[in-house]
Amino acid sequence: MTDAITPDIQPAASRPRKGALGKLLGRPLAVIGLAIIFIVVAGAAFAPYLTPFRPDEQIFDGLTLYGEPLPPNATFWLGTDLLGRDLLTRILHGARTSLFIGIVANGIALVIGTLIGVTAGYYRGWIGGALMRFTDLMMAFPALLLAICLAAVFQPSLWIVALVIALVNWVQTARVMFTQTSSLAEREFIDAERTIGASSSRILFLHILPHLVPTIIVWGTLGISTTVLLEATLSYLGIGVQPPTPSWGNIIFENQTYFQAAPWLVFFPGIAILALALAFNLVGDALRDILDPTQRGRS
Amino acid sequence: MISYLGRRIIQSILILLGISLITFALLYLLPADPVRQIAGRSATPATVESIRRQLGLDQPFLVQYGRYLWSLLQGDLGRSYIQRSEVSQLIVARLPATLLLMLGAIVFELLIGLTMGIVAAVRRGTRTDQSLMVVSFIGVSAPQFVVGLLLLYVFAVKLGWFPIGGYGTFSHLVLPALTVAVMSSGWYARMMRSSMIDVLRQDYIRTARAKGLARATVLLRHALPNAILPIIAMIGIDIGILMGGIVVVESVFGWPGIGQLVWQAIQRVDIPIIMGVTLVSALAIVLGNLLADIIAPLIDPRIKLR
Repeated sequence: MTDAITPDIQPAASRPRKGALGKLLGRPLAVIGLAIIFIVVAGAAFAPYLTPFRPDEQIFDGLTLYGEPLPPNATFWLGTDLLGRDLLTRILHGARTSLFIGIVANGIALVIGTLIGVTAGYYRGWIGGALMRFTDLMMAFPALLLAICLAAVFQPSLWIVALVIALVNWVQTARVMFTQTSSLAEREFIDAERTIGASSSRILFLHILPHLVPTIIVWGTLGISTTVLLEATLSYLGIGVQPPTPSWGNIIFENQTYFQAAPWLVFFPGIAILALALAFNLVGDALRDILDPTQRGRS
Repeated sequence: MISYLGRRIIQSILILLGISLITFALLYLLPADPVRQIAGRSATPATVESIRRQLGLDQPFLVQYGRYLWSLLQGDLGRSYIQRSEVSQLIVARLPATLLLMLGAIVFELLIGLTMGIVAAVRRGTRTDQSLMVVSFIGVSAPQFVVGLLLLYVFAVKLGWFPIGGYGTFSHLVLPALTVAVMSSGWYARMMRSSMIDVLRQDYIRTARAKGLARATVLLRHALPNAILPIIAMIGIDIGILMGGIVVVESVFGWPGIGQLVWQAIQRVDIPIIMGVTLVSALAIVLGNLLADIIAPLIDPRIKLR
């Protein structure tokens, strides 16, 4: 494995995190990422106030006389969709869906991954072995197909979609947490804790978990990008977030039959998905360089 | 080597068993009742009960799983609810198209990804390096259906360089294969860059340069073969990512492979087909990883067998 851990982790996790934000702001790419995230969050938060339309409002003059969607113009900045709804309004409201799924699904995945990885790395033995074999098993599933299976089996609602994505996305986190924890568990200061009779839960929460915080932050950020893409793909296939709730994926799903005549209906939501996924990737990558000691000096 | 092989094969078989258990559990827990779908809405309770017994759905979990596993071993993936034919036949009929698409995608992603990675490593720290890495990030973050639809719009609809969809000639293959390749080539570029940088730091490269060998010779003959080794292990893992992309891309381009089969099955909630393709892909991933694990130590003697 190339991701073996070099044991130069600081004994207390507080030091390297100081100034992390400052370092982040010193990187142009990370700043671009943060700016995109800020714009999307602001757009989602103020969606009802930014445009005069409602997301499901079929506007009276929102279609041409022949019933075709309108291209971008002064009234409808990004044009209208097949049903004569304002595309900008739908994209702004779709940002809420993407952020909701990104945060909830990725949060659940992070908790599952950390629990499994830390338990397996700390307890080893047959529990650890079984947990890691299970992780290997999940690795062998193509994530999208497994998500399709789950989404087809359960009737998709917003929470179900989040749960489905979480269930296929915790695997990477679990593996990283496992390698980190198992190398930490062999360090002297953990041995010392055991010698003075500290309980397992005390060691795990007070001594191991703080060391994992940087890794959790890095994988939490990178994971949002994967989650956003998976939600968009599921919604595009028609088994993610269901209309009329707007999501960037299902906006494209609804309008794709018309995309040769009205390419903006694919282009704008597509750019939105790309921008948000890219933003979290850029920030996550910068955070990895700053926070993750195992990556230091690599790039 | 033999014991290593044996252990890896046993591990793979156990993983496949686990996969079959999970897919079966999913089918077992299914809220949509297949009996109702087969019997139709007007069926009497007695008919429903007899179909249930015929299908063996009244038996305990383990018995049903045993029968499921036995039929899987015989290559029987069950019957499609709607198409009324064997899932395995449907998959086999469409497999060649998908394999062709995967092959094309792998060629593209290696070509694009490795070239980007090598150039970035050689020009490390320069503008070129930075912009290549940004491009690789964009590739990794781009949703495949958007890439596919945009390529389709620009190169097929507007420029007319390629057909709008379908299957048959090389020019049909280019756009779909390129679309599948975009995401993974971003990963390959980043992997190749860091691997190449590691190799270029080593002493034997300095020696080769000091001997007065040309830069290109050192790069291609001395550095590349070593730098590419970690990438080979990636190809096995990559099959999983490819399979996901194939469902989306085949539906965008109307490519008649198993991805399109899944897409059609989604529209009709035809679960046996989705499950069948998932099982076949999982089998492909396990075999791909096994193959990578077998090949890697053969070409790189530094890898220790565990």
